Amino acid sequence: LFKSEDVPLHCIHYNYRQRKDRERERSSLNPTMASLKVPTNVPLPEEDAEQLHKAFAGWGTNEKLIISILAHRTSAQRSLIRSAYAAAYNEDLLKALDKELSSDFERVVMLWTLDPAERDAFLAKESTKMFTKNNWVLVEIACTRSPLDLFKVKQAYQARYKKSLEEDVAQHTSGDLRKLLLPLVSTFRYEGDEVNMRLARSEAKLLHEKVSEKAFSDDDFIRILTTRSKAQLGATLNHYNNEYGNAINKHLKEDSDDEYLKLLRAAITCLTYPEKHFEKVLRLAINKMGTDEWALTRVVTTRTEVDMERIKEEYQRRNSIPLHHAVAKDTSGDYEDMLVSLLGHGDV
Amino acid sequence: MAHTLDLESIVEAFSGKNVGMGVDEKALISTLGNSHKDHRKLFRKASKNFFVEDEQRAFEKCHDQFVKHLKLEFSRFNNAVVMWSMHPWERDARVVKKALKKGDECYSLIVEVACTRSSEDLLGARKAYHSLFDQSMEEDIASNIHGSRRKLLVGLVSAYRYEGNKVKDDSAKSDAKILAEAVASPGEKAIENDEVVRILSTRSKLHLQQLYKHFNQIKGSDLLAGVSDSSLLNDALLCLLKPSVYFSKILNASLNKDADKGTKKWLTRVFVTRADHSDEMKDIAEEYNQRYGETLAQNIQEKIRGNYRDFLLTLLSKSN
Repeated sequence: LFKSEDVPLHCIHYNYRQRKDRERERSSLNPTMASLKVPTNVPLPEEDAEQLHKAFAGWGTNEKLIISILAHRTSAQRSLIRSAYAAAYNEDLLKALDKELSSDFERVVMLWTLDPAERDAFLAKESTKMFTKNNWVLVEIACTRSPLDLFKVKQAYQARYKKSLEEDVAQHTSGDLRKLLLPLVSTFRYEGDEVNMRLARSEAKLLHEKVSEKAFSDDDFIRILTTRSKAQLGATLNHYNNEYGNAINKHLKEDSDDEYLKLLRAAITCLTYPEKHFEKVLRLAINKMGTDEWALTRVVTTRTEVDMERIKEEYQRRNSIPLHHAVAKDTSGDYEDMLVSLLGHGDV
Repeated sequence: MAHTLDLESIVEAFSGKNVGMGVDEKALISTLGNSHKDHRKLFRKASKNFFVEDEQRAFEKCHDQFVKHLKLEFSRFNNAVVMWSMHPWERDARVVKKALKKGDECYSLIVEVACTRSSEDLLGARKAYHSLFDQSMEEDIASNIHGSRRKLLVGLVSAYRYEGNKVKDDSAKSDAKILAEAVASPGEKAIENDEVVRILSTRSKLHLQQLYKHFNQIKGSDLLAGVSDSSLLNDALLCLLKPSVYFSKILNASLNKDADKGTKKWLTRVFVTRADHSDEMKDIAEEYNQRYGETLAQNIQEKIRGNYRDFLLTLLSKSN
């Protein structure tokens, strides 16, 4: 089995083909990179709905019961539970959760219970509002979701907020930030694996020219990053690395406080090596004075069913302790229990 | 020799006095098809436009132009049928690809596809583009178009507009103010304006209708009366706000007897891509009638011949 330590770190960042091959190898042993643990015999959605209703009954709430059910169901299963709950008790499960729970625990359970497209739409909307402004979220959604999943997010956004994601992003950003973010959320990238090496070379050269001129928001620079397929981009950036001695992100560290450059680097990482981005977000969230719960909640709820196992590997490699240990040290109570369960280390 | 040759009707079948479009296949079968070879010799000698006498070698040679003309005219029906059989998404993807290849003068076709299709149909065309050309529509456009038009064109094809009925009037009003100022800019400056691109490529069509009302109040002039120096901007506005006017205008241009080769092809494209949307086709036909005095059906009857004509009239009648 290919071990990531065998290859120097900077060489594996952008080699898309190699990564895809490794993924295929690993997939044959572990068919999914999700950390979610689901029991072999899953109760009927009606049974789960009944148990949840019991968890809300009377004074207080049985949080452990809620976690034992919801944290161990796939999004398809959770969707069925919501329907069953509404049919049996004439109330949206999410409303019931909102009434019963509070604070960080409520947020993680609510976000987790939503289906992926609705969740992303909710997070995207939040990120465009004044007091909860967070461009990182938009970059994550635009760059780490598959092109078709991104469209599902846009549909969910339109259905819920009666406007398009693009018009909100466009309206709430300006200047270089808009120049980068609007195309990132609007693009519908080709998903094939084909790579044009001649194009990779010429576009790597173009990127390098712009970087040397410090033209970080140049039209062509942005064009390449926001329209090329992920495979093509991987090849281009790999060539950049080989030809110019450094990964492109190293050349984009001009000003460590510049929001635009931070987002640009994040976009590039998200497009080519997403688990690296999420590891970083988690590390910063945990190491921060007092913990950034919103970032922690966001990464765990959005990646548990996608690539959390890879993120855990990355975290372990970088920080020498398992992610769930770090999370357990830094959080407490029901919030901690929910997170640890989603990471695959709770009781089933 | 069985019967005399009706020279005039053969010539008419091939190219028509008014140089309309299509070929009268039936007439050709009955006259030319039925003809004796001596008849045809007479025909060749008499048709100086189609054949040139090679006196030295004693035969009548075809003009290159004649061959080319026939190929084009015979192919109109063929192209219409092939295009009609295609999935609408593939049609639109191919229109955009072709426009991109042809360059400058054809960029309005990209605007047409991006602005007159529904959000799902435009998304479909983008999916078809992936399948047909192994790249995304926006990456192809972005890498092949430079300068001021790139931003607007990429923005328009990347749109996935909200299609519900909620509109915020104050947003529409402030967007109208921004547009009012921006369209006064000379040359292509208006489409280099990020705010113009934002408004045109992200707002819902309903929002734009509201904006249109406010614009006319603010500026006192019609937003759709060629308000900017940039023809691409004017086309985009017309396509987004009053597509039936846009289509009736280009149909009129393509039916004009002085229209060039490229313009004449618009007829097939408009009919084939709009005929499935019977409401729109009805609107276009009505608009055409109001603007130009005669009905679309009449005009086609007069100016087009053969299978091509019958096919177009059939597509038109689907909307009634």
